[in-house]
Amino acid sequence: MDAKPVIQLESIEKVYQTGEVAVKAVRGISLSVRPGEFVAVMGASGSGKSTLMNLIGCLDRPTAGRYLLDGEEVGALTKSELSRVRNQRLGFVFQGFNLLSRTSALENVELPLLYSPHGHGRHELRKRSLAALEQVGLADRAEHHPSQLSGGQQQRVAIARALVNHPSLLLADEPTGNLDTRTSLEIMGIFQELNRQGMTILMVTHEPDIARYCLREITMRDGRIVDDRPVGDRLDAAKELARWRGPEEAP
Amino acid sequence: MKFSSTWTIALRALRRNPMRSGLTMLGIIIGVAAVIAMVAIGTGAKEQVASSIAQIGQNTVLVMSGSGSRGGVRGGWGSSPTLTRQDYEAIRKEVPGVLRATPDVRKSAQVMAGNQNVNTEINGAGEDYVEIRSWDFLEGGNFTAADVRGATKVAILGQTVATNLFGDASPVGQIVRIQNAPYTVVGLLKPKGMSMMGSDQDDVVLVPWSSAMVRLTGTTSFRAITVQAESAEQVGTVMEELASLLRQRHRIRDGAEDDFHVRSQQEIMEMATSTAKTMTILLGAIAGVSLLVGGIGIMNIMLVSVTERTREIGVRMAVGARGGDILLQFLVEAVVLSVGGGLIGIGLGFGIAKVVSAKVGWNTLVSPESVVLAFVFSAVIGIFFGFYPARKASGLDPIEALRYE
Repeated sequence: MDAKPVIQLESIEKVYQTGEVAVKAVRGISLSVRPGEFVAVMGASGSGKSTLMNLIGCLDRPTAGRYLLDGEEVGALTKSELSRVRNQRLGFVFQGFNLLSRTSALENVELPLLYSPHGHGRHELRKRSLAALEQVGLADRAEHHPSQLSGGQQQRVAIARALVNHPSLLLADEPTGNLDTRTSLEIMGIFQELNRQGMTILMVTHEPDIARYCLREITMRDGRIVDDRPVGDRLDAAKELARWRGPEEAP
Repeated sequence: MKFSSTWTIALRALRRNPMRSGLTMLGIIIGVAAVIAMVAIGTGAKEQVASSIAQIGQNTVLVMSGSGSRGGVRGGWGSSPTLTRQDYEAIRKEVPGVLRATPDVRKSAQVMAGNQNVNTEINGAGEDYVEIRSWDFLEGGNFTAADVRGATKVAILGQTVATNLFGDASPVGQIVRIQNAPYTVVGLLKPKGMSMMGSDQDDVVLVPWSSAMVRLTGTTSFRAITVQAESAEQVGTVMEELASLLRQRHRIRDGAEDDFHVRSQQEIMEMATSTAKTMTILLGAIAGVSLLVGGIGIMNIMLVSVTERTREIGVRMAVGARGGDILLQFLVEAVVLSVGGGLIGIGLGFGIAKVVSAKVGWNTLVSPESVVLAFVFSAVIGIFFGFYPARKASGLDPIEALRYE
């Protein structure tokens, strides 16, 4: 059970220099996330959770502290090396889906593979992307463009895109922020299913209801972690969805 | 990341906006097509001038009689009769390297045969004239040196004159009357068609120059003498020898002005084609400006596109695109647009040249150089004007780019 942590942060700090003023967005965070965890990061806006997310997502480098991803120091990597890490080990899901418009779901999912250093044949691109779409239940929508898909479906395409390179960590930034309650449940269902299969997930959210589907809940305030505990009354998305459908939709 | 992936990425990005890609390409298409067509028209004009001057004959030198001034008015070359029969014979005998020579006597006159008569140009020439101009006979043959010496009344007809006088019947052996003197037709020339000035080269009657001077013009001097050198290398020496011989014969002291004028066919050609060359350069330059404008169009669209696609760039970076990948993508997009436009433009330029040839009747020639130049230039434009927007795109910060609205 003593597996090597996926994320290990040691006294991470991030200071933004805006003109004369230095803004400390993250003030000494230490955090360890083991494989198979499903972590919700909570906090008000300005609490530093987005900055933390960017640091963990290798989109930004910490000002001080150590960051080990899969046991490998990534805090000091070059921009180009960070790109490779993002491509190979991380999957991103955004609040606004961020799919390429006028591009089929399949081609959207293929995107990370195109930037992969291994280089895949056309046939393999398609095979792996279809498999990822299948995982989120959208194999039949492969040729649809984002404008032809509902918000929930678009987010599922984005999840497929995050999964296609078999990352060791899935990062989700307010993945349900743009979705209605029912669609949010569907997305959380997908996350829970992926987590059951062993995927490590870190999700930023400000909705306590959504955090209840995770396993561990971290609360941030003023650039520090103020609370870190397991989710007590955990909800199961599949059950909630069935209940939410109500009697009129039940057969 | 493999290069083929960059292609896939760039082509997919262009396909997402077919209208914009097409319009951007249009600038280059028009620019390249204009360059190809304009240069083709200019080159065609030059070639036509050159080929009609080449008809004077290979390795030839033209000696024109001097320009006399009478009452303060200076006439053109040939206006003053200074080249005599003796000069001509001296040239043939004394100048080394001379292969053939023919004097030039011209007169417009009426020619009759039976009940037909036409006005045409009578050309008094030597027995070498037909060969210097590499003119072949359709029927009959040339008059001889003996005919020239004896000033016999023999004539060679051009196709137009022959048709006007005899219709389809053979003129050889028939009698034509030139200013009432009866001439026996000994030959019929192959048709040569229009000259560059648009005159009918077949509307001509050749007679021995001796005969023309005695019976038709009554003059004792020539307008010009055409001399053919034995080889291209000898043209220079022949020109020098000709000049010194004539100065000596005309007793022109050192420093005094010549009363004749020597020009090689090469020089005449260069003079005539230099105008066409200038025109080609001018037309090409104007067309080049439109190509440049097309290039700026590409830069403009790419710049707008970088701003518009900021989020897209952010997403690409988030999923693992490096700055270099983004740079390459935008560069390839720009190059595909410019080279694609270049290729279509080359095709269109060919088409325009063909249409101009067919409809306006101008001679056009699409030179391989202009095609290669236009192609290379359009590729360079793509790289040059694509680089700045591409660098801008690659320098974006992924976090900012993802947050961009």
